[in-house]
Amino acid sequence: MTLPGLFPINRREALQYGLYSAFGLLLGSRAASPLIAAAPKAKAKSVIQIWMWGGPAHLDTFDPKPDAGNDYCGPLKTPIETNVPGIRISELLPLLAKQADKYSLIRAMTHGVNSHETASYTVQTGRMSGGHEVYPSVGAVVSLFKGYNAGYKGLIPPYIVLTQPQGRFSEAGFLGSRYKPFATGGDPAQARFAVEGVVAQGITDQRQQDRREYLHKLNTLANALPGDPQLASAKEAEAQAYELILGDAGKVFDLAQEKDDLRDLYGRNTFGQSCLVARRLVERGVPYITINYNGGWDTHKLNFQTMRRKLPEMDKGMSALLTDLAQRGMLESTVVWWNGEFGRTPKVQWEAPWNGGRGHHGQVFSALVAGGGFQGGHVVGASDARGEEVKDRPVYPVDLIGTIYDLLGIATDAKLPHPLGLPARVIPAPADAVKSAGRLKEIT
Amino acid sequence: MRFSLFAVCLAVAAAPSERALNPAFESPAPLSAQSPIDARVFDRLQRLHIQPARLSSDAVFLRRAFLDIIGTLPTAQEASGFLADPAPAKRAALIDRLLDRPEFADYWAMKWCDLLRVKAEFPINLWPNAAQAYHHWIRAAIRENQPYDRFVRDLLTASGSNFRDAPVNFYRAMQSKEPPAIAQTVALTFMGTRAENWPPERLAAMAGFFSQIGYKETNEWKEEIVYFKPVGQAGRPVSSSQAIFTFPDGTPARLAPGRDPREVFADWLIAPQNPWFARNAVNRVWSWLLGRGIIHEPDDIRPDNPPSNPELLAFLEQEFVASHYNLKSLYRLILNSQTYQLSSVPRSGGPEAVANFAFYPLRRLDAEVLADAICQVTGTTETYTSAIPEPFTFIPEEQRAISLPDGSITSAFLELFGRPSRDTGLEAERNNRLTAAQQLHLLNASHVERKIEQSPKLQDLLRNTKGGQALVTGLYLTILSRPPTADELQAVNAYSQHGNVKPREAAIDLAWALMNSAEFLYRH
Repeated sequence: MTLPGLFPINRREALQYGLYSAFGLLLGSRAASPLIAAAPKAKAKSVIQIWMWGGPAHLDTFDPKPDAGNDYCGPLKTPIETNVPGIRISELLPLLAKQADKYSLIRAMTHGVNSHETASYTVQTGRMSGGHEVYPSVGAVVSLFKGYNAGYKGLIPPYIVLTQPQGRFSEAGFLGSRYKPFATGGDPAQARFAVEGVVAQGITDQRQQDRREYLHKLNTLANALPGDPQLASAKEAEAQAYELILGDAGKVFDLAQEKDDLRDLYGRNTFGQSCLVARRLVERGVPYITINYNGGWDTHKLNFQTMRRKLPEMDKGMSALLTDLAQRGMLESTVVWWNGEFGRTPKVQWEAPWNGGRGHHGQVFSALVAGGGFQGGHVVGASDARGEEVKDRPVYPVDLIGTIYDLLGIATDAKLPHPLGLPARVIPAPADAVKSAGRLKEIT
Repeated sequence: MRFSLFAVCLAVAAAPSERALNPAFESPAPLSAQSPIDARVFDRLQRLHIQPARLSSDAVFLRRAFLDIIGTLPTAQEASGFLADPAPAKRAALIDRLLDRPEFADYWAMKWCDLLRVKAEFPINLWPNAAQAYHHWIRAAIRENQPYDRFVRDLLTASGSNFRDAPVNFYRAMQSKEPPAIAQTVALTFMGTRAENWPPERLAAMAGFFSQIGYKETNEWKEEIVYFKPVGQAGRPVSSSQAIFTFPDGTPARLAPGRDPREVFADWLIAPQNPWFARNAVNRVWSWLLGRGIIHEPDDIRPDNPPSNPELLAFLEQEFVASHYNLKSLYRLILNSQTYQLSSVPRSGGPEAVANFAFYPLRRLDAEVLADAICQVTGTTETYTSAIPEPFTFIPEEQRAISLPDGSITSAFLELFGRPSRDTGLEAERNNRLTAAQQLHLLNASHVERKIEQSPKLQDLLRNTKGGQALVTGLYLTILSRPPTADELQAVNAYSQHGNVKPREAAIDLAWALMNSAEFLYRH
């Protein structure tokens, strides 16, 4: 038994992962599936996660504190008004300032974790590290509940990372490597976005076809083992691979199909063009895309120089994405989620060797959410006068993640298939004592 | 019973309907039960009316032995040398040579580092220099063929610094350091059993042995000391009274005052009569070499998961204990059996044939082995990096993936091909199923294509052979460890002459096709 798509699942695996109950069609019963039952409520179909690897400074982006003085805001002293009265953001984000009606800011994200890997884990799983288990990230959970097991039929894998994997924890956790993201590699800002495996440089379609026949002729062992189940499923996988290489599905990565001025609007750099690719993937129904924005946000040194260099790029790419999604009527069904693993210490370290740097700060930081059922134009929670602590309405990672699952119609009390059959839920049960201050009802 | 030759002759006369022998993969030599392993396996197959596969050809055996014993492909020279060797005992001699190679230690250290979760960062936080020290210690133990009981005892009883007393990292390479979690890890690793499924009292009793472990920091950055920290039931130091613990088999243990309970547990575990210890080790080694445990999954030993061949398992356990836990002897014993040397082309199929080792099962190469194999056949290198900013982690350009010391040092290729994340130490963490995303990469990624197009090996072959059959034979020996068959030569000539490709492109396409063939991608 296989399902269509890049990651077919066979019957044995379905049994092993306990997917039969989640898999109504296999039992001939639809009632068994919590996924299908929850689907009608879903407002969002896809998620674009802009992952700010390294942890950008909340004070220099979406939570400016101009009154805290030079030791806190450095040269960035004049935040700008947005198109929503009362909301001000960094002066380096003028384009996003014109779109505050499309997104909401969460200024009281908190988990208190100050190292990259554990904070990355907590922000993307909703759990603290240190238990006996490694939970899957949001992307892996969405690819479980919105991917091939739930009727997704695309040849493009349901969980894509643009362009490099995060690499600091196994995003699939105990769900196993089948739920890992497909990392595109390549660079969408290049003349040709060479998605590893999909777009080959300098090999004509004719030569691809000749090679394929040649391989079949020379595949002596496979030809000697016609009944081998592993080789049979490899053959199916090969057919899908060639659909992507030679068929139309791979064209989603061909940015030459977009107008030049739209590409300019997104910014002709890796981040901007990744935002454009993400929109194209959402159009093809891909449920989860992470843009792994490794932009040097871990600004222990020379924080302000980095902000001046990188924030205009981020501003351009994100604002173009929001505009484009809205104009195409896609924003209402697409969650855009921006944050890093933590914020940065509000007090600037002026001394050498930091020379104006900021350290890790998990006590309070900011997130931006838009679309897919999130209302725009609001601010949830607040940090204190210097951005050091939560002042009002803490938002824990599990609160934000749980809200995203709600919008996608993923039942948060559904069970995750655990390889040893241990009980594990999409969102921790109250008894698990994971810190929570409630879903984001204010903006949904 | 020691190696008495079995008179059972299993060479079944070919039935009229049976397909002809395929000399690329099968040997015409008759099967005969040459070792006590074969006696037990063939006897069981006969009772089940399952016909074992034929003996593998020399070329198949050569490639299999290299991949299984040292995780490394034979070179073209090694392949042609072995194939031309007329010595009747050349297989046994090759096994001995491979067991002595340094890559044996590299490859099996990698395997043990999976089980022991050797990783600098998340969720196992050993930190880079402790991971390096731990890997170094494990590799040395394997290189020196340290008796397995001593290896395990050293791990379970170590005290000291994570940098200087490397085996203490056993107690640091866990997500939770609560005594029941430590007990679960010990049970999984050295008893091959999942203590989650035990009655809670039994797990709690075993946890007692791991309840007196202390961890403390020092002034050195990221140094941690693991030590015996005696505490009584009420938190008071144990000084006068004897403490009573219970082993997982239900027998009580009495501890003298001041005795580290880890030592008492370790001595119980490694005793010859322990029902789990030798059984777990031999079953794992068997599954690593034959693709499937006699008890399957190999780390799920429990009463309701019986061995497919109890006599075989019992025999291996006895031999292993009698050899004083000599791992290389165990490898040698298994590798020299005809059971191990069967062809991968079955003569009987079905789940019973698989579970009873009637043929050698196809297995996709481990991610690291495949990465190294691609580098070796093309003469290229690979870049490995770690996300952890750390001055101690220097990764040389010639680095082979099987000898990477730390699970946090990786590449996109290794992640794509299912290298274990070293989160849990479960065997199932390693996923060797070939997916479409992996096929896309092998068929069409610029990463692989560039290696072939710019391959110094291919350029040498083109220069030195002036094309023709010598080039084709050279590519076959390099990539598949055997010369081409007549049919293959014909197909290659037809492709080269059909006019669409230049000679260099034809050689590239041949290398590409062979590297995408099942014979290259799978152990067979």
